[in-house]
Amino acid sequence: MTDTTKTDFNRAGEAKAGTASTSGAAAVLTDIRLWSAIGIVVLLILPHYVYPVMIAKVLCFALFAAAFNLLLGFAGLLSFGHAAFFGMSAYVTGYCLQSLGFTAELGILAGTAAGALLGLAMGLLAIRRQGIYFAMITLALAQMVYFVALQAPFTGGEDGLQGVPRRDLFGIIDMSSNMNVYYLVLGVFCIGLFIVYRTVHSPFGQVLKSIRENEPRAISLGYDADRYKLMAFVLSAALSGLAGSTKVMVFQLASLTDIQWQMSGEVVLMAVLGGIGTMVGPLVGATIIITLQNELAQIGSVSTIVQGAVFVFCVLAFRRGIVGEIKHRWTTWRGRS
Amino acid sequence: MTDTLLQTKNLQAWYGESHILHGIEFSVPKGQIVTLLGRNGAGKTTTLRSIMGLVKNRTGSVVHEGTETIKLASNQIAKRGIAYCPEERGIFSSLNVKENLQLPPVIADGGMSEERVYELFPILKTRGNSQGTKLSGGEQQMLAIARILRTGAQLLLLDEPTEGLAPVIVQQIGEIIKRLKDEGFTILLVEQNFRFAERMGDVHYVIEHGEVVDRFERAEIANNREKITGYLGV
Repeated sequence: MTDTTKTDFNRAGEAKAGTASTSGAAAVLTDIRLWSAIGIVVLLILPHYVYPVMIAKVLCFALFAAAFNLLLGFAGLLSFGHAAFFGMSAYVTGYCLQSLGFTAELGILAGTAAGALLGLAMGLLAIRRQGIYFAMITLALAQMVYFVALQAPFTGGEDGLQGVPRRDLFGIIDMSSNMNVYYLVLGVFCIGLFIVYRTVHSPFGQVLKSIRENEPRAISLGYDADRYKLMAFVLSAALSGLAGSTKVMVFQLASLTDIQWQMSGEVVLMAVLGGIGTMVGPLVGATIIITLQNELAQIGSVSTIVQGAVFVFCVLAFRRGIVGEIKHRWTTWRGRS
Repeated sequence: MTDTLLQTKNLQAWYGESHILHGIEFSVPKGQIVTLLGRNGAGKTTTLRSIMGLVKNRTGSVVHEGTETIKLASNQIAKRGIAYCPEERGIFSSLNVKENLQLPPVIADGGMSEERVYELFPILKTRGNSQGTKLSGGEQQMLAIARILRTGAQLLLLDEPTEGLAPVIVQQIGEIIKRLKDEGFTILLVEQNFRFAERMGDVHYVIEHGEVVDRFERAEIANNREKITGYLGV
Protein backbone atom coordinates (compact mmCIF):
# COMPACT_ATOMS: atom_id res chain seq x y z
CA MET A 1 0.00 0.00 0.00
CA THR A 2 1.41 3.37 -0.94
CA ASP A 3 1.86 6.28 1.40
CA THR A 4 -0.74 8.27 -0.44
CA THR A 5 -3.39 5.65 0.27
CA LYS A 6 -2.40 5.66 3.92
CA THR A 7 -2.96 9.37 3.97
CA ASP A 8 -6.37 8.87 2.52
CA PHE A 9 -7.22 6.23 5.12
CA ASN A 10 -6.12 8.56 7.88
CA ARG A 11 -8.15 11.38 6.42
CA ALA A 12 -11.24 9.22 6.14
CA GLY A 13 -10.64 7.88 9.64
CA GLU A 14 -10.48 11.37 11.08
CA ALA A 15 -13.57 12.35 9.24
CA LYS A 16 -15.30 9.23 10.52
CA ALA A 17 -14.41 10.21 14.07
CA GLY A 18 -16.05 13.53 13.37
CA THR A 19 -19.15 11.85 12.07
CA ALA A 20 -19.42 9.65 15.11
CA SER A 21 -19.67 12.69 17.31
CA THR A 22 -22.94 13.74 15.75
CA SER A 23 -26.01 12.82 17.76
CA GLY A 24 -27.62 10.63 15.08
CA ALA A 25 -24.56 8.49 14.56
CA ALA A 26 -23.96 8.26 18.30
CA ALA A 27 -27.51 6.99 18.77
CA VAL A 28 -26.92 4.26 16.20
CA LEU A 29 -23.66 3.35 17.87
CA THR A 30 -25.38 3.08 21.23
CA ASP A 31 -28.01 0.85 19.64
CA ILE A 32 -25.37 -1.43 18.20
CA ARG A 33 -23.58 -1.65 21.52
CA LEU A 34 -26.84 -2.30 23.34
CA TRP A 35 -27.90 -5.04 20.96
CA SER A 36 -24.46 -6.60 20.98
CA ALA A 37 -24.46 -6.67 24.78
CA ILE A 38 -27.92 -8.28 24.84
CA GLY A 39 -26.81 -10.86 22.26
CA ILE A 40 -23.67 -11.74 24.22
CA VAL A 41 -25.60 -12.09 27.49
CA VAL A 42 -28.12 -14.41 25.79
CA LEU A 43 -25.31 -16.49 24.29
CA LEU A 44 -23.57 -16.70 27.67
CA ILE A 45 -26.71 -18.02 29.35
CA LEU A 46 -28.03 -20.18 26.50
CA PRO A 47 -25.84 -23.31 27.00
CA HIS A 48 -27.44 -23.79 30.42
CA TYR A 49 -30.74 -24.44 28.65
CA VAL A 50 -29.72 -25.80 25.23
CA TYR A 51 -27.16 -28.51 24.40
CA PRO A 52 -23.89 -26.50 24.17
CA VAL A 53 -22.46 -28.53 21.26
CA MET A 54 -25.51 -27.66 19.18
CA ILE A 55 -25.11 -23.89 19.79
CA ALA A 56 -21.36 -24.13 19.27
CA LYS A 57 -22.03 -25.72 15.89
CA VAL A 58 -24.39 -22.87 15.01
CA LEU A 59 -21.76 -20.30 16.02
CA CYS A 60 -19.06 -22.01 13.94
CA PHE A 61 -21.27 -21.97 10.86
CA ALA A 62 -22.49 -18.44 11.62
CA LEU A 63 -18.86 -17.27 11.60
CA PHE A 64 -18.32 -19.17 8.36
CA ALA A 65 -21.40 -17.50 6.84
CA ALA A 66 -20.29 -14.08 8.14
CA ALA A 67 -16.90 -14.57 6.46
CA PHE A 68 -18.62 -15.52 3.23
CA ASN A 69 -20.99 -12.58 3.59
CA LEU A 70 -18.03 -10.21 3.91
CA LEU A 71 -16.99 -11.23 0.44
CA LEU A 72 -20.37 -11.43 -1.25
CA GLY A 73 -22.32 -8.78 0.65
CA PHE A 74 -19.66 -6.11 0.81
CA ALA A 75 -17.23 -6.85 -2.00
CA GLY A 76 -19.77 -8.33 -4.42
CA LEU A 77 -17.74 -11.50 -5.06
CA LEU A 78 -19.68 -14.76 -5.19
CA SER A 79 -17.33 -17.60 -4.31
CA PHE A 80 -18.38 -21.22 -4.74
CA GLY A 81 -15.21 -22.52 -3.18
CA HIS A 82 -15.32 -21.42 0.44
CA ALA A 83 -15.50 -25.03 1.67
CA ALA A 84 -11.81 -25.29 0.69
CA PHE A 85 -10.81 -22.79 3.40
CA PHE A 86 -13.22 -24.17 6.00
CA GLY A 87 -12.21 -27.78 5.33
CA MET A 88 -8.46 -27.33 4.86
CA SER A 89 -8.22 -25.33 8.08
CA ALA A 90 -10.16 -28.07 9.85
CA TYR A 91 -7.63 -30.63 8.60
CA VAL A 92 -4.63 -28.50 9.55
CA THR A 93 -5.99 -27.83 13.05
CA GLY A 94 -6.91 -31.51 13.45
CA TYR A 95 -3.42 -32.59 12.38
CA CYS A 96 -1.70 -30.05 14.60
CA LEU A 97 -3.71 -31.12 17.64
CA GLN A 98 -3.56 -34.84 16.95
CA SER A 99 -0.09 -35.42 15.56
CA LEU A 100 1.96 -32.39 16.58
CA GLY A 101 0.53 -31.94 20.06
CA PHE A 102 -0.26 -28.24 19.61
CA THR A 103 -2.28 -26.49 22.30
CA ALA A 104 -5.84 -25.45 21.33
CA GLU A 105 -5.04 -21.83 20.52
CA LEU A 106 -1.97 -22.74 18.43
CA GLY A 107 -3.96 -25.35 16.54
CA ILE A 108 -6.66 -22.81 15.76
CA LEU A 109 -4.09 -20.22 14.72
CA ALA A 110 -2.34 -22.73 12.46
CA GLY A 111 -5.66 -23.61 10.82
CA THR A 112 -6.53 -19.95 10.33
CA ALA A 113 -3.13 -19.24 8.80
CA ALA A 114 -3.61 -22.20 6.44
CA GLY A 115 -6.98 -20.76 5.38
CA ALA A 116 -5.42 -17.35 4.76
CA LEU A 117 -2.54 -18.79 2.71
CA LEU A 118 -4.89 -20.93 0.66
CA GLY A 119 -7.08 -17.85 0.19
CA LEU A 120 -4.07 -15.90 -1.06
CA ALA A 121 -3.15 -18.61 -3.55
CA MET A 122 -6.72 -19.07 -4.82
CA GLY A 123 -7.44 -15.35 -4.75
CA LEU A 124 -4.43 -14.48 -6.89
CA LEU A 125 -5.82 -16.70 -9.61
CA ALA A 126 -9.57 -16.12 -9.22
CA ILE A 127 -9.60 -12.36 -8.70
CA ARG A 128 -8.65 -11.75 -12.33
CA ARG A 129 -12.17 -12.67 -13.40
CA GLN A 130 -15.62 -11.42 -12.41
CA GLY A 131 -19.16 -12.72 -11.98
CA ILE A 132 -19.89 -16.29 -12.97
CA TYR A 133 -16.30 -16.84 -14.16
CA PHE A 134 -15.00 -15.92 -10.72
CA ALA A 135 -17.52 -18.30 -9.12
CA MET A 136 -16.53 -21.14 -11.47
CA ILE A 137 -12.79 -20.64 -10.90
CA THR A 138 -13.25 -20.74 -7.13
CA LEU A 139 -15.36 -23.90 -7.48
CA ALA A 140 -12.74 -25.57 -9.68
CA LEU A 141 -9.89 -24.65 -7.34
CA ALA A 142 -11.89 -25.88 -4.34
CA GLN A 143 -12.42 -29.22 -6.10
CA MET A 144 -8.65 -29.48 -6.53
CA VAL A 145 -8.23 -28.87 -2.80
CA TYR A 146 -10.89 -31.54 -2.17
CA PHE A 147 -8.85 -33.99 -4.24
CA VAL A 148 -5.76 -33.19 -2.18
CA ALA A 149 -7.74 -33.79 1.02
CA LEU A 150 -8.92 -37.13 -0.37
CA GLN A 151 -5.46 -38.32 -1.41
CA ALA A 152 -2.97 -36.72 0.97
CA PRO A 153 -1.60 -39.03 3.67
CA PHE A 154 -2.12 -36.65 6.59
CA THR A 155 -5.88 -36.20 6.05
CA GLY A 156 -6.94 -39.77 6.69
CA GLY A 157 -8.57 -40.19 3.28
CA GLU A 158 -12.28 -41.03 3.40
CA ASP A 159 -12.16 -41.56 7.17
CA GLY A 160 -10.87 -38.07 7.81
CA LEU A 161 -9.22 -37.21 11.12
CA GLN A 162 -11.26 -38.75 13.90
CA GLY A 163 -10.95 -38.46 17.64
CA VAL A 164 -8.94 -35.23 17.47
CA PRO A 165 -7.97 -34.45 21.08
CA ARG A 166 -9.27 -31.27 22.66
CA ARG A 167 -5.95 -29.94 23.92
CA ASP A 168 -5.89 -27.47 26.79
CA LEU A 169 -6.23 -23.79 25.94
CA PHE A 170 -2.91 -22.02 26.59
CA GLY A 171 -1.86 -25.34 28.13
CA ILE A 172 -3.84 -24.61 31.31
CA ILE A 173 -7.58 -24.40 30.60
CA ASP A 174 -9.17 -27.82 30.30
CA MET A 175 -11.12 -28.18 27.05
CA SER A 176 -12.50 -31.65 27.65
CA SER A 177 -15.87 -30.32 28.84
CA ASN A 178 -18.44 -29.24 26.26
CA MET A 179 -19.18 -26.10 28.25
CA ASN A 180 -15.57 -24.89 28.09
CA VAL A 181 -15.39 -25.60 24.38
CA TYR A 182 -18.61 -23.68 23.90
CA TYR A 183 -17.21 -20.58 25.62
CA LEU A 184 -14.06 -20.85 23.52
CA VAL A 185 -16.20 -20.97 20.37
CA LEU A 186 -18.28 -18.04 21.61
CA GLY A 187 -15.13 -15.99 22.18
CA VAL A 188 -13.79 -16.83 18.74
CA PHE A 189 -17.17 -16.05 17.17
CA CYS A 190 -17.35 -12.63 18.86
CA ILE A 191 -13.81 -11.77 17.77
CA GLY A 192 -14.53 -12.91 14.20
CA LEU A 193 -17.75 -10.94 13.99
CA PHE A 194 -16.05 -7.87 15.44
CA ILE A 195 -13.35 -8.11 12.75
CA VAL A 196 -16.06 -8.28 10.07
CA TYR A 197 -17.89 -5.31 11.61
CA ARG A 198 -14.75 -3.17 11.84
CA THR A 199 -13.76 -4.09 8.29
CA VAL A 200 -17.13 -3.20 6.84
CA HIS A 201 -17.27 0.11 8.70
CA SER A 202 -13.69 1.15 7.94
CA PRO A 203 -12.50 3.24 4.97
CA PHE A 204 -11.33 -0.08 3.50
CA GLY A 205 -14.93 -1.31 3.72
CA GLN A 206 -16.18 1.83 1.97
CA VAL A 207 -13.76 1.21 -0.88
CA LEU A 208 -14.99 -2.39 -1.10
CA LYS A 209 -18.58 -1.16 -1.34
CA SER A 210 -17.63 1.31 -4.06
CA ILE A 211 -15.93 -1.49 -6.03
CA ARG A 212 -19.01 -3.67 -5.61
CA GLU A 213 -21.25 -0.92 -6.95
CA ASN A 214 -19.17 0.47 -9.78
CA GLU A 215 -15.73 -1.03 -10.22
CA PRO A 216 -14.61 1.08 -13.22
CA ARG A 217 -15.53 4.23 -11.29
CA ALA A 218 -13.55 3.14 -8.23
CA ILE A 219 -10.57 2.32 -10.45
CA SER A 220 -10.74 5.66 -12.23
CA LEU A 221 -10.69 7.37 -8.82
CA GLY A 222 -7.27 5.79 -8.36
CA TYR A 223 -7.98 2.57 -6.46
CA ASP A 224 -6.33 -0.69 -7.43
CA ALA A 225 -9.56 -2.71 -7.31
CA ASP A 226 -7.85 -6.08 -7.71
CA ARG A 227 -5.67 -5.47 -4.69
CA TYR A 228 -8.67 -4.53 -2.54
CA LYS A 229 -10.63 -7.56 -3.74
CA LEU A 230 -7.69 -9.82 -2.99
CA MET A 231 -7.39 -8.39 0.52
CA ALA A 232 -11.10 -9.01 1.10
CA PHE A 233 -10.78 -12.53 -0.32
CA VAL A 234 -7.86 -13.41 1.97
CA LEU A 235 -9.60 -11.95 5.01
CA SER A 236 -12.75 -13.91 4.20
CA ALA A 237 -10.71 -17.09 3.69
CA ALA A 238 -8.89 -16.56 7.00
CA LEU A 239 -12.17 -16.11 8.89
CA SER A 240 -13.63 -19.17 7.16
CA GLY A 241 -10.53 -21.04 8.27
CA LEU A 242 -11.04 -19.78 11.82
CA ALA A 243 -14.58 -21.17 11.70
CA GLY A 244 -13.35 -24.53 10.37
CA SER A 245 -10.66 -24.75 13.04
CA THR A 246 -13.07 -24.08 15.92
CA LYS A 247 -15.46 -26.65 14.44
CA VAL A 248 -12.73 -29.28 14.92
CA MET A 249 -12.50 -28.33 18.58
CA VAL A 250 -16.25 -28.89 18.91
CA PHE A 251 -16.65 -32.20 17.04
CA GLN A 252 -13.09 -33.54 17.32
CA LEU A 253 -13.42 -34.46 13.66
CA ALA A 254 -12.21 -33.17 10.29
CA SER A 255 -13.73 -34.98 7.34
CA LEU A 256 -14.40 -34.72 3.62
CA THR A 257 -17.87 -33.29 4.44
CA ASP A 258 -16.12 -30.10 5.54
CA ILE A 259 -14.34 -29.63 2.24
CA GLN A 260 -16.74 -30.90 -0.41
CA TRP A 261 -18.68 -28.59 -2.73
CA GLN A 262 -21.97 -29.09 -0.85
CA MET A 263 -20.43 -27.18 2.05
CA SER A 264 -19.74 -24.24 -0.28
CA GLY A 265 -23.42 -24.37 -1.31
CA GLU A 266 -24.57 -24.56 2.29
CA VAL A 267 -22.76 -21.39 3.29
CA VAL A 268 -24.32 -19.56 0.33
CA LEU A 269 -27.70 -20.79 1.57
CA MET A 270 -27.08 -19.54 5.11
CA ALA A 271 -25.91 -16.11 3.97
CA VAL A 272 -28.72 -15.61 1.45
CA LEU A 273 -31.38 -16.84 3.86
CA GLY A 274 -30.21 -14.54 6.66
CA GLY A 275 -29.62 -11.52 4.44
CA ILE A 276 -26.67 -10.61 2.25
CA GLY A 277 -24.85 -7.49 3.38
CA THR A 278 -26.18 -7.58 6.95
CA MET A 279 -24.22 -8.27 10.13
CA VAL A 280 -26.78 -10.47 11.93
CA GLY A 281 -28.08 -12.23 8.79
CA PRO A 282 -25.45 -15.00 8.72
CA LEU A 283 -26.19 -15.88 12.36
CA VAL A 284 -29.93 -16.13 11.61
CA GLY A 285 -29.31 -18.11 8.42
CA ALA A 286 -26.92 -20.52 10.14
CA THR A 287 -29.35 -21.01 13.05
CA ILE A 288 -32.21 -21.89 10.70
CA ILE A 289 -30.20 -24.26 8.51
CA ILE A 290 -28.46 -26.06 11.39
CA THR A 291 -31.70 -26.37 13.36
CA LEU A 292 -33.50 -27.73 10.32
CA GLN A 293 -30.71 -30.25 9.69
CA ASN A 294 -30.81 -31.38 13.30
CA GLU A 295 -34.59 -31.57 13.61
CA LEU A 296 -35.05 -33.31 10.29
CA ALA A 297 -32.12 -35.71 10.68
CA GLN A 298 -34.39 -38.65 11.51
CA ILE A 299 -36.32 -38.41 8.23
CA GLY A 300 -33.15 -38.97 6.22
CA SER A 301 -32.56 -37.56 2.76
CA VAL A 302 -36.07 -36.03 2.64
CA SER A 303 -34.66 -33.35 4.92
CA THR A 304 -32.84 -31.76 1.99
CA ILE A 305 -36.19 -31.40 0.18
CA VAL A 306 -37.69 -29.66 3.20
CA GLN A 307 -34.58 -27.49 3.45
CA GLY A 308 -34.93 -26.60 -0.22
CA ALA A 309 -38.61 -25.76 0.19
CA VAL A 310 -37.85 -23.49 3.15
CA PHE A 311 -35.17 -21.78 1.09
CA VAL A 312 -37.48 -21.24 -1.88
CA PHE A 313 -40.21 -19.88 0.42
CA CYS A 314 -37.81 -17.51 2.16
CA VAL A 315 -36.34 -16.24 -1.10
CA LEU A 316 -39.84 -15.60 -2.48
CA ALA A 317 -41.20 -14.04 0.70
CA PHE A 318 -38.05 -12.24 1.86
CA ARG A 319 -36.15 -11.19 -1.21
CA ARG A 320 -33.48 -9.49 0.87
CA GLY A 321 -33.15 -12.39 3.29
CA ILE A 322 -34.87 -12.49 6.67
CA VAL A 323 -32.76 -9.85 8.43
CA GLY A 324 -32.41 -7.80 5.24
CA GLU A 325 -36.18 -7.69 4.82
CA ILE A 326 -36.79 -6.72 8.44
CA LYS A 327 -34.15 -4.00 8.15
CA HIS A 328 -35.67 -2.71 4.92
CA ARG A 329 -39.23 -2.59 6.32
CA TRP A 330 -38.02 -0.93 9.50
CA THR A 331 -36.18 1.74 7.50
CA THR A 332 -39.21 2.33 5.28
CA TRP A 333 -41.51 2.56 8.30
CA ARG A 334 -39.19 5.02 10.06
CA GLY A 335 -39.00 7.06 6.88
CA ARG A 336 -42.78 7.37 6.77
CA SER A 337 -43.32 8.12 10.45
CA MET B 1 3.84 30.00 -25.03
CA THR B 2 1.76 27.85 -22.64
CA ASP B 3 2.89 24.45 -21.40
CA THR B 4 1.01 21.50 -22.76
CA LEU B 5 -0.39 19.35 -19.97
CA LEU B 6 -1.95 16.63 -22.12
CA GLN B 7 -1.50 15.68 -25.73
CA THR B 8 -3.07 12.90 -27.76
CA LYS B 9 -1.69 11.66 -31.07
CA ASN B 10 -3.37 9.19 -33.40
CA LEU B 11 -5.60 7.97 -30.56
CA GLN B 12 -7.66 5.03 -31.75
CA ALA B 13 -10.19 3.01 -29.79
CA TRP B 14 -12.47 0.06 -30.31
CA TYR B 15 -15.52 -1.37 -28.53
CA GLY B 16 -15.39 -5.00 -29.58
CA GLU B 17 -15.43 -4.98 -33.38
CA SER B 18 -16.54 -1.36 -33.61
CA HIS B 19 -13.79 1.11 -34.43
CA ILE B 20 -14.83 4.27 -32.57
CA LEU B 21 -11.85 6.64 -32.56
CA HIS B 22 -9.87 7.02 -35.78
CA GLY B 23 -6.81 8.97 -34.73
CA ILE B 24 -7.86 11.76 -32.38
CA GLU B 25 -5.24 14.49 -32.03
CA PHE B 26 -5.42 17.50 -29.77
CA SER B 27 -3.56 19.15 -26.93
CA VAL B 28 -4.62 20.67 -23.63
CA PRO B 29 -2.56 23.66 -22.43
CA LYS B 30 -1.99 23.96 -18.70
CA GLY B 31 -4.50 26.12 -16.87
CA GLN B 32 -6.96 26.34 -19.76
CA ILE B 33 -10.38 24.94 -20.53
CA VAL B 34 -10.46 22.87 -23.67
CA THR B 35 -13.79 21.63 -24.99
CA LEU B 36 -14.56 18.67 -27.22
CA LEU B 37 -17.67 19.39 -29.26
CA GLY B 38 -19.61 17.08 -31.52
CA ARG B 39 -22.87 15.34 -32.18
CA ASN B 40 -24.12 12.25 -30.35
CA GLY B 41 -21.93 9.26 -31.12
CA ALA B 42 -19.06 11.33 -32.47
CA GLY B 43 -16.63 9.78 -29.96
CA LYS B 44 -16.31 12.52 -27.33
CA THR B 45 -17.00 10.33 -24.31
CA THR B 46 -14.88 7.52 -25.76
CA THR B 47 -12.01 10.00 -26.05
CA LEU B 48 -12.22 10.82 -22.35
CA ARG B 49 -12.58 7.16 -21.42
CA SER B 50 -9.57 6.30 -23.58
CA ILE B 51 -7.45 8.98 -21.95
CA MET B 52 -8.53 7.57 -18.59
CA GLY B 53 -7.68 4.00 -19.62
CA LEU B 54 -11.26 2.81 -19.29
CA VAL B 55 -11.36 1.64 -22.90
CA LYS B 56 -9.13 -1.41 -22.93
CA ASN B 57 -8.68 -1.65 -26.68
CA ARG B 58 -6.89 1.55 -27.60
CA THR B 59 -3.72 2.55 -29.44
CA GLY B 60 -1.85 5.74 -30.25
CA SER B 61 -0.35 8.15 -27.81
CA VAL B 62 -1.59 10.04 -24.75
CA VAL B 63 1.16 12.10 -23.16
CA HIS B 64 0.58 13.67 -19.76
CA GLU B 65 3.26 16.03 -18.48
CA GLY B 66 5.80 14.42 -20.78
CA THR B 67 4.95 10.83 -19.84
CA GLU B 68 3.27 8.34 -22.15
CA THR B 69 0.17 6.91 -20.42
CA ILE B 70 -1.40 4.78 -23.16
CA LYS B 71 -0.08 1.55 -21.61
CA LEU B 72 -0.95 2.46 -18.02
CA ALA B 73 -3.85 0.98 -16.05
CA SER B 74 -6.72 3.28 -15.20
CA ASN B 75 -5.84 3.61 -11.52
CA GLN B 76 -2.24 4.48 -12.42
CA ILE B 77 -3.47 7.19 -14.79
CA ALA B 78 -5.64 8.59 -12.00
CA LYS B 79 -2.63 8.60 -9.69
CA ARG B 80 -0.78 10.81 -12.16
CA GLY B 81 -3.26 13.57 -11.39
CA ILE B 82 -5.99 13.10 -13.96
CA ALA B 83 -9.54 12.94 -12.61
CA TYR B 84 -12.59 11.87 -14.56
CA CYS B 85 -16.17 12.91 -13.87
CA PRO B 86 -18.36 10.62 -16.01
CA GLU B 87 -21.58 11.56 -17.73
CA GLU B 88 -23.63 9.23 -15.52
CA ARG B 89 -21.89 10.82 -12.49
CA GLY B 90 -21.09 7.48 -10.86
CA ILE B 91 -22.31 8.36 -7.38
CA PHE B 92 -22.06 5.34 -5.07
CA SER B 93 -25.62 4.73 -3.98
CA SER B 94 -24.84 2.78 -0.81
CA LEU B 95 -22.71 5.65 0.50
CA ASN B 96 -24.01 8.98 1.72
CA VAL B 97 -22.74 12.35 0.53
CA LYS B 98 -20.09 12.59 3.24
CA GLU B 99 -18.84 9.07 2.56
CA ASN B 100 -18.77 9.70 -1.19
CA LEU B 101 -16.58 12.71 -0.48
CA GLN B 102 -14.29 10.76 1.85
CA LEU B 103 -13.81 7.90 -0.56
CA PRO B 104 -11.35 9.24 -3.16
CA PRO B 105 -7.69 8.58 -2.44
CA VAL B 106 -5.26 11.49 -2.12
CA ILE B 107 -3.08 11.27 -5.20
CA ALA B 108 -1.29 14.60 -4.89
CA ASP B 109 -0.92 17.56 -2.57
CA GLY B 110 -3.60 20.16 -2.97
CA GLY B 111 -6.66 17.94 -2.64
CA MET B 112 -9.52 20.05 -1.37
CA SER B 113 -10.55 19.71 2.26
CA GLU B 114 -14.18 19.00 3.04
CA GLU B 115 -14.59 22.57 4.27
CA ARG B 116 -13.26 23.92 0.99
CA VAL B 117 -15.59 21.61 -0.95
CA TYR B 118 -18.57 22.81 1.08
CA GLU B 119 -17.53 26.38 0.41
CA LEU B 120 -17.66 25.69 -3.34
CA PHE B 121 -20.81 23.58 -3.11
CA PRO B 122 -22.80 24.81 -0.07
CA ILE B 123 -25.77 22.61 -0.97
CA LEU B 124 -23.71 19.47 -0.29
CA LYS B 125 -23.16 20.46 3.32
CA THR B 126 -26.87 20.34 4.00
CA ARG B 127 -27.16 16.93 2.34
CA GLY B 128 -24.24 15.26 4.16
CA ASN B 129 -26.17 12.26 5.48
CA SER B 130 -28.35 11.71 2.39
CA GLN B 131 -27.73 8.62 0.32
CA GLY B 132 -26.11 9.38 -3.03
CA THR B 133 -29.16 8.34 -5.01
CA LYS B 134 -31.52 10.55 -3.00
CA LEU B 135 -29.96 13.69 -4.49
CA SER B 136 -31.33 15.74 -7.35
CA GLY B 137 -29.52 15.65 -10.70
CA GLY B 138 -27.79 18.96 -9.99
CA GLU B 139 -26.70 17.86 -6.53
CA GLN B 140 -25.37 14.60 -7.93
CA GLN B 141 -23.38 16.50 -10.53
CA MET B 142 -21.94 18.80 -7.88
CA LEU B 143 -21.04 15.80 -5.73
CA ALA B 144 -19.39 14.09 -8.70
CA ILE B 145 -17.24 17.17 -9.39
CA ALA B 146 -16.56 17.74 -5.68
CA ARG B 147 -15.40 14.16 -5.30
CA ILE B 148 -12.67 14.44 -7.90
CA LEU B 149 -11.49 17.73 -6.43
CA ARG B 150 -10.70 15.90 -3.20
CA THR B 151 -7.96 13.85 -4.88
CA GLY B 152 -5.60 16.70 -5.65
CA ALA B 153 -5.72 16.05 -9.41
CA GLN B 154 -4.93 19.09 -11.54
CA LEU B 155 -6.42 17.90 -14.83
CA LEU B 156 -10.18 17.41 -14.72
CA LEU B 157 -12.03 15.52 -17.45
CA LEU B 158 -15.70 16.56 -17.28
CA ASP B 159 -18.16 14.63 -19.41
CA GLU B 160 -21.31 16.63 -20.17
CA PRO B 161 -21.67 18.15 -16.70
CA THR B 162 -24.79 20.08 -17.69
CA GLU B 163 -26.75 17.24 -19.23
CA GLY B 164 -30.36 17.12 -18.04
CA LEU B 165 -30.00 20.00 -15.60
CA ALA B 166 -32.22 23.04 -15.12
CA PRO B 167 -30.83 26.35 -16.52
CA VAL B 168 -30.21 27.78 -13.07
CA ILE B 169 -28.13 24.74 -12.11
CA VAL B 170 -26.26 24.90 -15.43
CA GLN B 171 -25.36 28.47 -14.57
CA GLN B 172 -24.07 27.42 -11.14
CA ILE B 173 -21.99 24.61 -12.64
CA GLY B 174 -20.57 27.09 -15.15
CA GLU B 175 -19.55 29.48 -12.39
CA ILE B 176 -17.86 26.66 -10.51
CA ILE B 177 -15.92 25.55 -13.61
CA LYS B 178 -14.73 29.12 -14.19
CA ARG B 179 -13.69 29.39 -10.57
CA LEU B 180 -11.74 26.15 -10.83
CA LYS B 181 -9.92 27.51 -13.88
CA ASP B 182 -9.07 30.67 -11.96
CA GLU B 183 -7.59 28.50 -9.22
CA GLY B 184 -5.24 26.86 -11.73
CA PHE B 185 -7.08 23.69 -12.69
CA THR B 186 -6.87 22.50 -16.27
CA ILE B 187 -10.17 21.24 -17.65
CA LEU B 188 -11.03 19.07 -20.61
CA LEU B 189 -14.76 19.50 -21.11
CA VAL B 190 -17.02 17.39 -23.29
CA GLU B 191 -20.24 19.20 -24.12
CA GLN B 192 -23.20 19.06 -26.46
CA ASN B 193 -24.58 22.28 -25.09
CA PHE B 194 -22.69 24.68 -27.35
CA ARG B 195 -23.93 27.84 -25.67
CA PHE B 196 -22.50 26.61 -22.41
CA ALA B 197 -19.28 25.33 -23.99
CA GLU B 198 -18.53 28.57 -25.84
CA ARG B 199 -18.73 30.53 -22.59
CA MET B 200 -16.35 28.13 -20.86
CA GLY B 201 -13.74 27.08 -23.40
CA ASP B 202 -10.46 28.73 -24.35
CA VAL B 203 -9.96 26.26 -27.18
CA HIS B 204 -12.62 24.16 -28.91
CA TYR B 205 -12.10 20.96 -30.89
CA VAL B 206 -14.87 19.55 -33.06
CA ILE B 207 -15.06 15.77 -33.33
CA GLU B 208 -16.90 13.90 -36.07
CA HIS B 209 -16.88 10.16 -36.66
CA GLY B 210 -14.01 9.63 -34.23
CA GLU B 211 -11.73 12.31 -35.71
CA VAL B 212 -10.94 15.92 -34.90
CA VAL B 213 -12.25 17.88 -37.86
CA ASP B 214 -11.74 21.46 -36.69
CA ARG B 215 -10.26 23.64 -34.01
CA PHE B 216 -11.24 27.12 -32.85
CA GLU B 217 -9.73 29.55 -30.37
CA ARG B 218 -12.19 31.47 -28.23
CA ALA B 219 -11.64 34.62 -30.34
CA GLU B 220 -12.50 32.75 -33.53
CA ILE B 221 -15.93 31.60 -32.40
CA ALA B 222 -17.80 34.74 -33.42
CA ASN B 223 -16.64 34.56 -37.05
CA ASN B 224 -17.24 30.81 -37.32
CA ARG B 225 -20.54 30.44 -35.50
CA GLU B 226 -22.40 29.23 -38.56
CA LYS B 227 -19.75 26.66 -39.34
CA ILE B 228 -19.76 25.33 -35.77
CA THR B 229 -23.52 25.10 -35.54
CA GLY B 230 -23.40 23.24 -38.83
CA TYR B 231 -21.01 20.71 -37.31
CA LEU B 232 -23.21 20.28 -34.28
CA GLY B 233 -26.53 20.35 -36.14
CA VAL B 234 -28.02 22.99 -33.85
